[in-house]
Amino acid sequence: MNVFLGIDVGSVSTNLVVIDEDNRVCTDIYLRTRGQPIAVVQDGLKEVEKELKGKNIKVCGVGTTGSARYLTGIVVGADTVKNEITAHAVAASLIVPGVQTVLEIGGQDSKIILLRNGVVTDFAMNTVCAAGTGSFLDHQADRLGIPIEEFGEYALKSKNPVRIAGRCSVFAESDMVHKQQMGHSLPDIIAGLCDALVRNYLNNVGKGKEILPPIVFQGGVAANQGIKHAFKKALQQEIIVPPHYNVMGAIGAALLAKTAVRSKNTSFRGFEISSLNYETGSFECQGCSNRCEIINIFVEGKLLARWGGRCGKWDNLRETG
Amino acid sequence: MKATFAHMGTSPLIFKMLLEDLGYEVVFPPKPSQSTLSLGAQYAPEFACIPFKIVLGTYLEVIKDHPDITIISAGGFGPCRAGYYGELQLKILQDLGYNPDMIFFWPPLRKPWDFYQKVLRVKRSCPWWRFIQILRKVWKKAIYLDDLELLSFKVRAREIERGSTTRALQQGLSYLAEAKTMKEIDEAREAAFKELKNVPVDNRRSVLKVGIVGEIYVQLEPSANFHIEEVLGEMGVEPRRSIMLTNYARHDVFSKGDIKTAKLASPYLDQKIGGHGQNSIGDVIRYAQKGYDGVIQLAPFTCIPEIVAKSIMPALSRDYDIPVMTLFIDEQTGQAGVETRLEAFVDLMRQRYMRKVAGDEKSVIKSAIAL
Repeated sequence: MNVFLGIDVGSVSTNLVVIDEDNRVCTDIYLRTRGQPIAVVQDGLKEVEKELKGKNIKVCGVGTTGSARYLTGIVVGADTVKNEITAHAVAASLIVPGVQTVLEIGGQDSKIILLRNGVVTDFAMNTVCAAGTGSFLDHQADRLGIPIEEFGEYALKSKNPVRIAGRCSVFAESDMVHKQQMGHSLPDIIAGLCDALVRNYLNNVGKGKEILPPIVFQGGVAANQGIKHAFKKALQQEIIVPPHYNVMGAIGAALLAKTAVRSKNTSFRGFEISSLNYETGSFECQGCSNRCEIINIFVEGKLLARWGGRCGKWDNLRETG
Repeated sequence: MKATFAHMGTSPLIFKMLLEDLGYEVVFPPKPSQSTLSLGAQYAPEFACIPFKIVLGTYLEVIKDHPDITIISAGGFGPCRAGYYGELQLKILQDLGYNPDMIFFWPPLRKPWDFYQKVLRVKRSCPWWRFIQILRKVWKKAIYLDDLELLSFKVRAREIERGSTTRALQQGLSYLAEAKTMKEIDEAREAAFKELKNVPVDNRRSVLKVGIVGEIYVQLEPSANFHIEEVLGEMGVEPRRSIMLTNYARHDVFSKGDIKTAKLASPYLDQKIGGHGQNSIGDVIRYAQKGYDGVIQLAPFTCIPEIVAKSIMPALSRDYDIPVMTLFIDEQTGQAGVETRLEAFVDLMRQRYMRKVAGDEKSVIKSAIAL
């Protein structure tokens, strides 16, 4: 069976997805990146190999996305390296044909993508502020002493959500402390936080965007029923959370890989790479005042790739730093 | 007498010539780097915008070794709070125990007498006929620097070897930097153009055109805007800034603002709101009318004029059918985040282009799913 592998290495999670020729998801793996993109991709590949063992599969294409897409692309030998916006839009369009709005909230990024007639017409991402992303929710759940997995359930129990400032996570936190000390119930505070986060999202990344149905909500935070409910309330629309909501970027990358290998053979380096020794190193080029940070990737002690230079001086792998 | 100034795009090259011709010993400031910004951020008010921090950092880097320096700067009356930045920077330097001489030039039409006085101070004993000669030379060099940059935008989007245009441009700029007389400046222009024209290009490449609007400093200074022109060029996109050295001088300093741009903007924003807020609106419309594929708005984080302009962008985008993306710039070094947004924006523009120009209805998404 011919399959296609998609890898999404983000700030918080790393996801691997294998799809078959009919775009069905064969396996999906969700791991924490923990700041070690290469090691986690190797772990992920091991798991994929284990799960697909004996199924007589052949990986015919690999695509990478996420903030570590270039690094990962080099390590695995990707056929296509694509930004998250396009990858997420592709995946959402597969699962919900005719989708017009994609709300995506991940670990450190939140974005909105508008599609019309199957083409991305507009998008926005949060810029300098991380309020309202997964990391923020994680932190607040931790502070309130409840597991993030149960966060949404608490919110749904609320009858009277309290009002919490969602503009900045620092303000939100002090607001929450205040509400706790006043004696409000935990569900009301959590529901209030969900409302605040959605308000912030719609006012920030969603500012001035025409949000039309069908609306797909994806990314790790889509697991949170409280946020989904808050979106539904704020937008007065049905919110669709797709079955593989937390690995949509990887699904998109796999679909793009399938397109990319139409006219060429895959450059996938095989599952063996999960046991190779990868090392990275960097140095600051002193050639000019740009002071580029040059990054070297070594596999088994041999220089595999290098980037980071602005002038192309280091593009030649033979020169050493 | 030693003099220095801040970096802003290619402008240091002309200030260097101007001051040297007037007999100053010019301390050429180091290019803004991460340490410049860190230094500036350490002593700047936390809420100041990134241009303030980079410029302050530059002064601090220079003044450390040259405490007796004269700093030449713009200032006065806005165009936004940046108008007061010069005075504030001077106060910060004084608090740190330095006592530089700082000359702020205010817009000539707003305070002609003050402007005249300051020209006298900078000009010193240089006779007027000679001073005017020098200014003509400076103006010519500024025009050539702009011409060279504009050509590099075209070439870079079509270059075959990544980085070759940037290298040729640097070479060309160094020729112009060296040139001192009118004749040398003309020759340097020829040589610089030749460098760029010798870059191997692929003229069949379908190149997207994107306009850049927004605040002046982050438009002009590559170290503040993640070298956006290079990044776009290497993605096969030809950028065009709304502000160049010479049109800035033509429209904003020696006259009372670009009347045509204001007129274009007026249905959406009928008054000046400080900075380049109103220009950003008018410039988007101009790019749309000229058939550009998209516009990128650059703004320093907390810049009020650009925040106001940003809130009007969705209406412009809808009415003129042109995609607009805003990038707020602050101290963060997340080049990857910026590149992701730029890549996605280029994808978006390319899709639109394919549909509109080539009549190709198949999108990346459709073809990925159809397989």
